[in-house]
Amino acid sequence: MSSVSNAAKPVDLDKPKAKNKKRSQWAEVWRRLKKNKMAMVGLAIIGAIVFCAIFADVIADYDSVVIKQNLKARMEGPSAEHILGTDEFGRDIFARMVHGARVSLQVGLIAVGLAIGIGGSLGAIAGYYGGRLDNIIMRCMDVFLAIPSILLAIAIVSALGPSLFNLMLAIGISSVPSYARIVRASVLSIRDQEFIEAARAIGANDFRIITKHIIPNALAPVIVQATLGVAGAILSTAGLSFIGMGIQPPAPEWGAMLSGGRQYLRYAAHITAFPGVAIMITILALNLLGDGLRDALDPRLKS
Amino acid sequence: MSKLLKINDLSIHYLTEDGDVKAVNNINLELDAGETLGLVGETGAGKTTTALGIMRLVPNPPGEVTSGTIEFEGRDLMKIPEEEMRMIRGNKISMIFQDPMTSLNPVMTVGEQIAEVIEIHQDIAGKEAMDKAGDMLELVGIPATRVNDYPHQFSGGMKQRVVIAISLACNPQLLIADEPTTALDVTIQAQVLDLMRNLKKEFNTAMMMITHDLGVVAEVCDKVAIMYAGEVIEYAPIQQLFENPSHPYTHGLFGSIPNLDEEVTRLTPITGLMPDPTDLPSGCTFHPRCPYAKPICAQQAPKNSVVEGEHRVKCLMFEGLVDKVSIKGTDQGKKEVV
Repeated sequence: MSSVSNAAKPVDLDKPKAKNKKRSQWAEVWRRLKKNKMAMVGLAIIGAIVFCAIFADVIADYDSVVIKQNLKARMEGPSAEHILGTDEFGRDIFARMVHGARVSLQVGLIAVGLAIGIGGSLGAIAGYYGGRLDNIIMRCMDVFLAIPSILLAIAIVSALGPSLFNLMLAIGISSVPSYARIVRASVLSIRDQEFIEAARAIGANDFRIITKHIIPNALAPVIVQATLGVAGAILSTAGLSFIGMGIQPPAPEWGAMLSGGRQYLRYAAHITAFPGVAIMITILALNLLGDGLRDALDPRLKS
Repeated sequence: MSKLLKINDLSIHYLTEDGDVKAVNNINLELDAGETLGLVGETGAGKTTTALGIMRLVPNPPGEVTSGTIEFEGRDLMKIPEEEMRMIRGNKISMIFQDPMTSLNPVMTVGEQIAEVIEIHQDIAGKEAMDKAGDMLELVGIPATRVNDYPHQFSGGMKQRVVIAISLACNPQLLIADEPTTALDVTIQAQVLDLMRNLKKEFNTAMMMITHDLGVVAEVCDKVAIMYAGEVIEYAPIQQLFENPSHPYTHGLFGSIPNLDEEVTRLTPITGLMPDPTDLPSGCTFHPRCPYAKPICAQQAPKNSVVEGEHRVKCLMFEGLVDKVSIKGTDQGKKEVV
């Protein structure tokens, strides 16, 4: 009896072991990222902001709090009723910041998504096929790169008119070239590896090779750039809104709030300070996360 | 019976800015179903280019098939459309690459990679393909429970087994193995060769074994083609090649490996280096390094001469233009030097 159970044991032990071993590259990256305290702080802050943005309507009603003016309570400092005070029209700054986070994140994510979608596919095609196609695509990208991205965004918004969608489009398009370059560079380094040739040798077509073999391997630097890119996009949104090209009043947006409060800087500094701090913390958090990801994804640090 | 693979007069050149790299020059090879052909030669002899040529995977540009035909099952592979060629790759002809460390995609599980070739060529997808991938793993001696593991969780020998599983998943007629054991250590080499030989027998697959290791050739091949500077200079059934190597270069190869039967203090490597493929020597390409070379060797290119049966050799000695030096036995090269 005992000999039977002894014989069975190693087999039983083997199975869960095999399951534990099922650790993908991404699980490995996550494990390394978790060790990086700064990156985790960044991730926590971003998590909190995302949480606020998702539940913004629960935290403060849009129509009755966020855009409703209350001239009796103009430029009040922080108090129990308005924890971050009120702005020049008596609106609760905290409520406006929470709703403003929605806009910022939305623009940040969608603009970067757009840029990765367009820039990434252009870069992948240029890198994979090379030759003349590569030249044509990348020279077009160079033309875009020659124009300062904020100027390009301003030009696009002024041509199409200020709206949330146009803002995303403008910021997205202005950052296409940088993604195209990054994806192309990383595709170039992967294209000539043996497993790509092996994929060709099993009869895979170009589409399959690009989507299943090259892109998953080229993703690491793009993820890092995207994290930092979201920060850049949020900053551009704030910048464009500050000069009146972005989100139009009375809709709340961090840059627009800064812009609105700047006349009252001497009497009610909190109107500009809080949105400014919000922008700063968000960007900082995204940059910390981006740096952490870069370290976690760097194969040279693997051990 | 018609041959499974018939290469006629194949030339592949790389057209670079520094000149034409003549990687493969007018080679002729034949292969029957179930047969194993060894393609032997030094680095740069054009072995891999020949293999890529058969798969039609020579990078173009700069590579270009300048002449010749490759008949596979009676069809010229050079003429069929790319789409059809893709259905042959991995399905009827598959290839094992030299380095198992780099020929697997690091971000896909081995199961997915085996399943991929099945999905491409057979009407099987999803779980069924994965099950089949598991069966293939079992076949090469890896427990099927490891289908969800990533390549980095395997050792080199096991990775090469996975690569073999991928290449055999669709039961190909022809398997091209490009130095499949070069990156492995000797004990694993023996295991992998054993495995390949057994599977080859089981599936009746023809195999083209590219190697520079005559030991590997002796172990697995039925026929051998010795390549030098893009040409097949000697072609013979295995027995005849080892008993009666005829080309001076083949002698040189045998002289470069240790012989167990004899005490030799020094090996006699072939002097000199492979010629520059952009500027091949005139006449016989081997003449600058050939210990028996005569002035005529620099002028006249040798043709194929039959030594005996299927045994052919490209050397002027066998055309009667150069006095035949009596080279008998594998250790002749050594004696010449001593």
